[in-house]
Amino acid sequence: MATVAQPIERQNYLNANYGWKSWLLTTDHKRIALLYLISITFMFFVGGFFATMIRLELLTPAGDLMTSDTYNKMFSMHGIVMVFFFLVPSIPATLGNFLIPMMLGAKDLAFPRINLLSWYIYMVSAVLMIYVIITGGVDTGWTFYAPFSTTYSNTNVVLAGIAIFINGFSSILTGLNFIVTTHRMRAPGMTWNRMPLFVWSHYATSVIQVLGTPVIAITVLLVAIERIWHVGIFDPKVGGDPVLFQHLFWFYSHPAVYIMILPSMAVMSEVITCFSRKRIFGYQFVALASIAIAVLGFLVWAHHLFVAGISAYAALVFSLLSYFVAVPSAIKVFNWTATMYKGQISYATPMLYAFGFIGLFTMGGLTGLFLAALGIDVHVTDTYFVIAHFHFIMVGGAVMAYLSGIHFWWPKITGRMYPEAWGKIAAGLVFIGFNLTFLPQFILGYVGMPRRYHAYSGEFQVLNVLSTAGASILAVGYLLPLVYLLWSLRYGELAGNNPWNAVGLEWMTSSPPPTFNFEETPVVTWEAYQYDDVPQEVPVGR
Amino acid sequence: MEQQRESSTLGMWIFLVTEIMFFGGLFTAYLIFRIAYPDVWDMGSQHMEFWPGTINTVILLCSSFTVAASVYFIQRGQNKMTALLLFLTVLMGCGFLCVKAYEYHNHWEEGTIPGPLWTYNTVHNPDGTTRPAPHQLQLFFYLYFVMTGLHALHVTIGIGILAVVAFWAWQGKYTAEYHNPVHISGLYWHFVDLVWIYLFPLLYLISNKHTAG
Amino acid sequence: MSEHIFPIRACFLVWIALMALMILTVFLSTVPMGHALNTIVALIIASMKAALVLLFFMHLKYESYKLSGVVFGAGLFWLLILFGLSLVDYLSRGTSGVPGH
Repeated sequence: MATVAQPIERQNYLNANYGWKSWLLTTDHKRIALLYLISITFMFFVGGFFATMIRLELLTPAGDLMTSDTYNKMFSMHGIVMVFFFLVPSIPATLGNFLIPMMLGAKDLAFPRINLLSWYIYMVSAVLMIYVIITGGVDTGWTFYAPFSTTYSNTNVVLAGIAIFINGFSSILTGLNFIVTTHRMRAPGMTWNRMPLFVWSHYATSVIQVLGTPVIAITVLLVAIERIWHVGIFDPKVGGDPVLFQHLFWFYSHPAVYIMILPSMAVMSEVITCFSRKRIFGYQFVALASIAIAVLGFLVWAHHLFVAGISAYAALVFSLLSYFVAVPSAIKVFNWTATMYKGQISYATPMLYAFGFIGLFTMGGLTGLFLAALGIDVHVTDTYFVIAHFHFIMVGGAVMAYLSGIHFWWPKITGRMYPEAWGKIAAGLVFIGFNLTFLPQFILGYVGMPRRYHAYSGEFQVLNVLSTAGASILAVGYLLPLVYLLWSLRYGELAGNNPWNAVGLEWMTSSPPPTFNFEETPVVTWEAYQYDDVPQEVPVGR
Repeated sequence: MEQQRESSTLGMWIFLVTEIMFFGGLFTAYLIFRIAYPDVWDMGSQHMEFWPGTINTVILLCSSFTVAASVYFIQRGQNKMTALLLFLTVLMGCGFLCVKAYEYHNHWEEGTIPGPLWTYNTVHNPDGTTRPAPHQLQLFFYLYFVMTGLHALHVTIGIGILAVVAFWAWQGKYTAEYHNPVHISGLYWHFVDLVWIYLFPLLYLISNKHTAG
Repeated sequence: MSEHIFPIRACFLVWIALMALMILTVFLSTVPMGHALNTIVALIIASMKAALVLLFFMHLKYESYKLSGVVFGAGLFWLLILFGLSLVDYLSRGTSGVPGH
């Protein structure tokens, strides 16, 4: 493995202009994607810091590392930062921004300046949230339920709410941009049914972002108003209803989890086809399943309110609907598995993450069905079972897919290959660390350990210690890519246009791509995923 | 140009859908509480002043007309007419805000600003006796202030946008071939009108008895 | 240029219709019909006004590019999801016979 720094010669989007103005005032979707990559990585480690604090406190049954108020702030900030500042933007703002125009054969997104504005809005909201953290954070949980958030909490709820409100605009503008780009900017011959499934999934994500985010915006605004004005619609003293907060909050926040998982599924469709050397099984089904997830995802929110005081009838309706929403996700998993069947599998780092995703996402998703069953939910709601469920999907699923995508497209984005051996080691550590962290939590929840408590009954300690041990391994697994990916920027081997022999318009241009993506606008006359016509080997592990 | 026009139009419609969902949360709350407290809503509506509400509705409907007319004129390249009509729209928007300010002031005098400033605790019956005001009346007024307040904020933003577009139209920046900003700002203004078209009956016309105001 | 021009005369007629509907809604609100019916009538007239603004002033009827109308329709549909499924809870509270539900 050569370690001599080899400069990239040809003019590309990275060396086209120099200077901070050329980056901070850029309208090139690829540069904006990198700006997002830096911000999002930073916020990921901020959220990870809070996770570390949580796991350290939970090593012992007594609440001895911090007070309960401080612990409340730890899990609240962990949730807020991870959900709004990492998971929601992660894949769309980085990989989506970078790849969607290229995958469609376009020069840029439909509204390049709005793309830049979207990043600035994200940065304003992130700076505001960092300020909230520095001045004490909030202790309401990322779900900031009324009346605690509106009346009784003594923390900076209003400012945190404003930060989330502003963050929502960033999400909406990105979604708006993707939708218009997909409708209007496809290259000649690129019909909807020839688009990579990556674009279909991001389109579905964007629909959710556009329709759902405004509702959390108004909800957060109403909490802020109620806090300032000392009266509001969630206040029983004037006939208001705290459960209405939960309805409005979860109307966005449930579809939000599909905002977080659909882009991950987008990456999976690309990675699995490449490393199985096969066309996707059931293109139409996967495409339409993405849309179905987006639509059905809006119909199930009150399964978060089963024990909150909704009517028994409503609970039944939402339980049934929640079973339906599992179906399109399952269809996708079956299709990916069928894609791999009789394929030429190779085990490059992105594919290792993809294997992890398929197993862990399936487990997480199935445990969602447990939770959709009213009888079980009454028993395990607000316990570690729920925490394990969503971390399996968000960490075992979304974060792994994010890492898979970063590694898969790293050579395209930077022109350099990452060191494959280290990639595999990190993937292994992430997988082992993840399972050790979160599998015990299913058991903990089932036997009764409640969530959001910093002290717990002694019999839960062994499993908690295992979980914290797993978290430390997971942390190493996440830090390694930070190190070797940065290392590869200078010392990594030069990647050619298509180091994976993958199929897709983005692989037909140089690595890194030129500023306007293609020398000439491509004219597409072939279907997606034509892996039958390309070499069967993947040049891996160089 | 056509491609650009269709893209920016699509972009604006998507943005308007986000606005629909934004106001939608408030309309949901309104719906739920109106069903729960129909008599309080009836009473609350009687505290709305009929003439300011109706005048505001007339103002906004007329302003939609001037905006639509301004698009007509720029499509024919008559940018000065467009600018004048947009400026007229801006004036009407300001008129709307003045009427709203007048109404808010009257509510303040009446003691029906929710929260710590609320002093409307007794209702005078027709026969001269009094009874305590239902506590849910504050809920009605809260929704009234938040919904019309948020709407007024959007009117203000619309005024700002249309003023800028009017100025540039006067400067000749838009032609028959290119006038996207006029078109999409118009869409935004029509949306602001649409929200009021629903707010007016839902807040002002619930009761059969209207207070003149 | 395929952009449709909505004639000024038609603009004017739509405006007259809007004014007429407004007068109608105000008048009908003073006619006691029972709360439910008064509300339904008011909302129907409001929707007619909205339809005039959407279809004519906002050009939805004449846009050759139909997606804008689909987008608006989707927004409306999603609003109805928010209303409808929330009401599934609120309208059925207390009907199950289980205390507190």
